[in-house]
Amino acid sequence: MSLDQVTIRFAGDSGDGMQLTGDRFTMDTASLGNDLSTLPNFPAEIRAPQGTVHGISSFQLHFADHHVQTPGDAPDVLVAMNPAALKANIKELKRGATIIVDKDEFTTRNLSKVGYATNPLEDGSLESYKIHAVGLTSLTVAALSELSLTRKEAERSKNMFALGLLTWMYHRPTESTENFLKAKFATKPEILAANLLAYKTGWNYGETTEDFAVSYDIGKAKMPAGKYRNISGNTAMAYGLIAASQRSGLQLFLGSYPITPASDILHELSKHKKFGVITFQAEDEIAAVGSALGASYGGALGITTTSGPGVALKSEMIGLGVMLELPLIIIDVQRGGPSTGLPTKTEQADLLQVMFGRNGESPAVVLAPSHASDCFAIAIEAARIATTYRVPVFILSDGYIANGSEPWMIPDIDSLPDLHVEFAKTQENFMPYLREPKTLARPWAIPGTKGIEHRIGGLEKADKTGEISYDPANHDFMVRTRAAKVAGIEVADLEIDDPSGEAELLVLGWGSTYGPIASAIEVLRASGEKVAQTHLRHLNPFPKNLGEILQKYPKVMVPEMNLGQLAMLLRSQFLKDVISLNQVRGLPFTTAEIADSIKAVLHG
Amino acid sequence: MADIALTKKDFTSEQEVKWCPGCGDYSILSTMQIFLPELGIPRENIVFVSGIGCSSRFPYYLETFGMHSIHGRAPTIATGLAISRPDLSVFVITGDGDSLSIGGNHLIHALRRNIELKILLFNNRIYGLTKGQYSPTSEQGKITKSTPAGSLDSPFNPISLALGAEASFVARSVDSDRKHLTEVLRAATAHKGSALIEIYQNCPIFNDGAFDSVKDPSTKGAALLQMVHGQAIKSETHGVIRENGSLKLVELVNTNEADLIIHDAHNPDPSYAFALSRLSASELDHVPVGIFRDVARASYSAQVNTQISDIIAKDGAGDLHKLLNSGDTWTVE
Repeated sequence: MSLDQVTIRFAGDSGDGMQLTGDRFTMDTASLGNDLSTLPNFPAEIRAPQGTVHGISSFQLHFADHHVQTPGDAPDVLVAMNPAALKANIKELKRGATIIVDKDEFTTRNLSKVGYATNPLEDGSLESYKIHAVGLTSLTVAALSELSLTRKEAERSKNMFALGLLTWMYHRPTESTENFLKAKFATKPEILAANLLAYKTGWNYGETTEDFAVSYDIGKAKMPAGKYRNISGNTAMAYGLIAASQRSGLQLFLGSYPITPASDILHELSKHKKFGVITFQAEDEIAAVGSALGASYGGALGITTTSGPGVALKSEMIGLGVMLELPLIIIDVQRGGPSTGLPTKTEQADLLQVMFGRNGESPAVVLAPSHASDCFAIAIEAARIATTYRVPVFILSDGYIANGSEPWMIPDIDSLPDLHVEFAKTQENFMPYLREPKTLARPWAIPGTKGIEHRIGGLEKADKTGEISYDPANHDFMVRTRAAKVAGIEVADLEIDDPSGEAELLVLGWGSTYGPIASAIEVLRASGEKVAQTHLRHLNPFPKNLGEILQKYPKVMVPEMNLGQLAMLLRSQFLKDVISLNQVRGLPFTTAEIADSIKAVLHG
Repeated sequence: MADIALTKKDFTSEQEVKWCPGCGDYSILSTMQIFLPELGIPRENIVFVSGIGCSSRFPYYLETFGMHSIHGRAPTIATGLAISRPDLSVFVITGDGDSLSIGGNHLIHALRRNIELKILLFNNRIYGLTKGQYSPTSEQGKITKSTPAGSLDSPFNPISLALGAEASFVARSVDSDRKHLTEVLRAATAHKGSALIEIYQNCPIFNDGAFDSVKDPSTKGAALLQMVHGQAIKSETHGVIRENGSLKLVELVNTNEADLIIHDAHNPDPSYAFALSRLSASELDHVPVGIFRDVARASYSAQVNTQISDIIAKDGAGDLHKLLNSGDTWTVE
């Protein structure tokens, strides 16, 4: 049977391997040529109590024969490894959705743990869904009985049984997952054999039992010709930083302190020492950014990665970066806040923090990737601005972009911008704050260069000479100059997507809301609505044509996963009374909620 | 090596020195300016990084590269610089408030990693720049602006702290003793890895006379326990013997010279140097000066760069095209 798109959610205990199962299904789906988007969703606890609703980890994948913008609003298929997984996810399913459950886990004890008085598989409460109650645990254990594994060890392979079954249902190829397992368990032949056998048994179960009468084809998506791979935001960010280092000839120095959901960038970069990459796991967030700034001072591409709480700790050092006018890249993978907040959930509420969260007039550049693979390009853009203008640059990613993945057309290396930079050379009467007239950047004057020995610091400096100055007029001048430098940074103009040219409403987003907004607008346009869309990747400075665009449209709607932070900036800078659409549930917007809100504005 | 021999003048910047008259920082600066030419390192390859406090103005007065950073964080900036630029000689200038209070975390981690940094801790046992509050090395009961009834805090012993943090080179000297301080600087700069030098430094405005016992000609001979590798540890009146598994201060008149400890700065057992560090208390009647510990340990900065070069030697330099095309890929026609 042929389908044009499917959304599947795998859900189980934190230790059930749902993220791995989802990842593998994603890779197999990507290699088949479907377009896709993913949404991993997991608790902050590493092994939350088993069988509880709050301990459920899930992975959602939306794949289609056409362009996909979001991980899908409501799943068509739920794989629930226990009653808690069913309970946690049932209310988000479409009516008529397919539910595959591990019936072995539906014991009285497990049911009562999550408050099911009766077994939903038997009490008729799931009548409007297509239920497949499969003994995932018992079938896996039976299949592995020939291997010398304990029951507990054998049970652990049940996620591979489930993956095998889904792989059969949706006609995914099996080689890639088989190769993956072989590489992962190369040194553990027993575990490898168990996983391969469970995977194969799951596939055969679909093929042979009558429980699953139908399987499905989803055709290839029409995507621009090229070579593709699947990539998550954090990996794309790491690759973008390496690319920036290669294109600039600057050594990549990452100073970082582990924090969710940013740590994977540290992990990824740590693997790539052969690019000369230095990763330094510091004693705290302050040391992480301090070491990056020190490396920048020495002529490296200094980078620090963190999340909102880490930015709070780094603020004073970033202020020093503003004063020293050195390149520095600060990647904030945003999560729910304030304080520790929701470490594993997504949010966009650090915009005003990175704009204004430092003492004094302390302008910094702010960029935001629009989707997972855009992290690659935004990292290169951050390096371009940081090294050209010698200024701290923030990148605001978020948990959704960081962990979500999508197909990415691998760029040609030669198409990447040339980021070559010039350091100050040996000269007479060197002045560390004599600026380039065009960019207002001061020289990048690195130690080791004869004849330009000089002292810099956090105290206010005299124009040109860089000597300490408490002169009132000089301070006023320097404050305005630092602001003018950032305001004058050249960034690409904003492009408007307004096919009819008659739209009265512009939807303006930033960061990870791109997918849901684009998806909602696609739906609305299909039903004849006229809506324009544009998306900001540069938040400070804004693109030069933003003001003109805002004035052109009578109505401008700004969806954000915060309480209206971009809206506040737009109102103050452009006196435009934009319409805010806000939610902070720790999850991305759904297509439906944005589409409904747009309709309400259009016809309200 | 520099083309021509440099002199003190070559290391003196044009900046007017602005410490209070009589400040101990003057003599430390002068000693450093006289000492630096001896290293034979070109000026452009020397970097002084400081935090905040009176002592942290130090880099402005040296004709080298310098950064006056933010409070307590100099070791972090210096760490990034030293790791990514192993060709540079990086000094950290800090004070007792800067390195032991707000920046305590960074100090201990720089030392345990053994980053290639020479850290000069100017200890005046007071906050000078903020005009006279007690510091983490102020003696208990000290009356200051913020402790009118006497400070309740137990002070840090910076040497003990550094040794506890696994420092591979730890020494103490006194601001006004140019000869001694120069010897310590010489050994510190020859050492591979981190070196911490505590320098007793007089603040004539807010804590004048704090170190009189080790500076006054009438008392210092008795107070300063000279630690010289291979020689007995002693002052003019006192010596150190081993007793009950630890070290004990004894009067020379009652002691057989042969029982005195012969100093071994390279002793791999840190408890020896730690025991030496405990011989002095807040009152400074008897203070060991010189090098407590100088042991060989792999420098972090060197190891970081070795890891990279080893991997490149084994696998070849990174290829960006290969990296981007790694993993599962597919082609859309």
